[in-house]
Amino acid sequence: MGFLNALPGAVAQGLIWGLFAIGLYISYKILDIADLTVDGSICTGACVLAVLLTKGVNIYLCLIAAFVAGAIAGAVTGLFHTAMGIPPILSGILTQLILWSLNLKILGKANLAISSRKYPVLLSSMDNWKAIVVSMIFCILVIVGLYLFFYTEVGFSIKSTGDNEHMSRAQGVNVNFNKVLGLAISNGIIALSGALLAQYQGFADINMGRGAIVIGLAAIIIGLSVSMKIMPNFVVSLIGVVSGGIAYYLVYTFVIFLGLDTDLLKMLSAIVVAIFLAVPYLKKKYFTKQRIFEDANAKTEEVDENA
Amino acid sequence: MLKITNLHMTFNPGTVNAKKALDGLNLELNEGDFVTVIGGNGAGKSTMLNAIAGVFPPDFGKIEIDGVDVTKIPEYKRAAYLGRVFQDPMKGTAADMEIAENLSIAARRGTRRRFVWGLPRKERESYKKLLADLDLGLENRLSSKVGLLSGGQRQAVTLLMATIKQPKLLLLDEHTAALDPKTAQKVLDITERIVKENNLTTVMITHNMRDAIRYGNRLIMMHEGKIIVDVSGEEKKKLTVEILLGLFTKASGNEFSNDRAILG
Repeated sequence: MGFLNALPGAVAQGLIWGLFAIGLYISYKILDIADLTVDGSICTGACVLAVLLTKGVNIYLCLIAAFVAGAIAGAVTGLFHTAMGIPPILSGILTQLILWSLNLKILGKANLAISSRKYPVLLSSMDNWKAIVVSMIFCILVIVGLYLFFYTEVGFSIKSTGDNEHMSRAQGVNVNFNKVLGLAISNGIIALSGALLAQYQGFADINMGRGAIVIGLAAIIIGLSVSMKIMPNFVVSLIGVVSGGIAYYLVYTFVIFLGLDTDLLKMLSAIVVAIFLAVPYLKKKYFTKQRIFEDANAKTEEVDENA
Repeated sequence: MLKITNLHMTFNPGTVNAKKALDGLNLELNEGDFVTVIGGNGAGKSTMLNAIAGVFPPDFGKIEIDGVDVTKIPEYKRAAYLGRVFQDPMKGTAADMEIAENLSIAARRGTRRRFVWGLPRKERESYKKLLADLDLGLENRLSSKVGLLSGGQRQAVTLLMATIKQPKLLLLDEHTAALDPKTAQKVLDITERIVKENNLTTVMITHNMRDAIRYGNRLIMMHEGKIIVDVSGEEKKKLTVEILLGLFTKASGNEFSNDRAILG
């Protein structure tokens, strides 16, 4: 009974983290950059929204401000990498650290309540069904927006930048600009998911982004493992990624229901992600050997026939 | 067309690994020249091509394309003048993108990329004909990911990408070296056809002396970062591998040391 009651909440949170995972997908899958800024920018989105909301700013303006703040954070990471030659992982860590201080300054304290009774929030855990509808609308809008964007000339050039930098430069693509732009969009979406998350849980907290990248990676891995089998195109992948977020939260809710120590959850998530990331590598290592062996056999047979 | 003046390039300067790759290189190409470039390992052939393409700034010297000094123009901007095909078939195409998408990216080389549809239907149709001309059966695979193609097919697509927007200069860096002989021949045939049809000024590095003699109207041989043999016109038509080896020995005072080039 307890588990069933918790299902709508799990789906709502899954959708919000699905939005986060879409943002992460842009850096991790399209640009091929493991961007650690996200742990900070999701929190920045939450902080910006919470502070502006308590100051009486219109909720939609708050969301736009959150997106812009995240986008700036992403651009900073991009500039660390492209203009200053810092490796992407380190660039992300540096921005994340900067954001930690900034988030504290924005919030003014470690956490800030934005109760749905006092403020005009779009969604909250008080009404999970509404939260599901609202966060789903956000996911759909972002997916449609990204679909349109990534099929423009600029979008193509961002995809090719992540796919093959060498080729992109030879075809006149400004790869540095594209990386900054891609990371900005990615972190903007992530900050937006943070803004939704703050509304859902009713507060912004300085610690809310910790380990976010692992949840996002889990959602991407779970989602793509299914969607790539169904139909490997852009929109289906993104829908898969959102579904991955939902699946993650369903499992999360289930193991908590089973009575698992919640302190261990981050560790378990990380281990699951590590295993999934290792699968393609191990598969290649062990299955390729086999294939070379088979090829060798095939060749010998050919020679025999010729003889 | 292309004018290289006193180009110098040293890799890892001031270390034990210092390597003088270009040592006062001078080269001038005329409109429509098809130059083949040969030389031993480390002669500076690829360095010259990369310097023209702007992969790195040279230590000293000047590169002009069509009267424009491009020496300080970054690689992605210089791409507007150039079409490039690399030795490694993986380098010239984006594997996770469709053939048509790859071509559309190349078709916008040198123009500002805008927020408009990246591959209109009409454009997609026009690629069908270009691919059919390659005669590799790719015309019905516009939506295939390039990663699914063979090395030879990828090189042919890269060649198409390099020339889809007419470049002022086509740079081919041993673009058939990674292919099996039959495929290499096919790609060379396609190369020759495209160069002729568009009257492209072309620089083709090859490891194969016979190819260097067979193709183009001019042949240059490099050694220790300089051009030591430069043959064109009627003289080039009469070249044989033996004559070429003789020219090399006379010019450099060394035996030609690249077996691959002689035997290939």
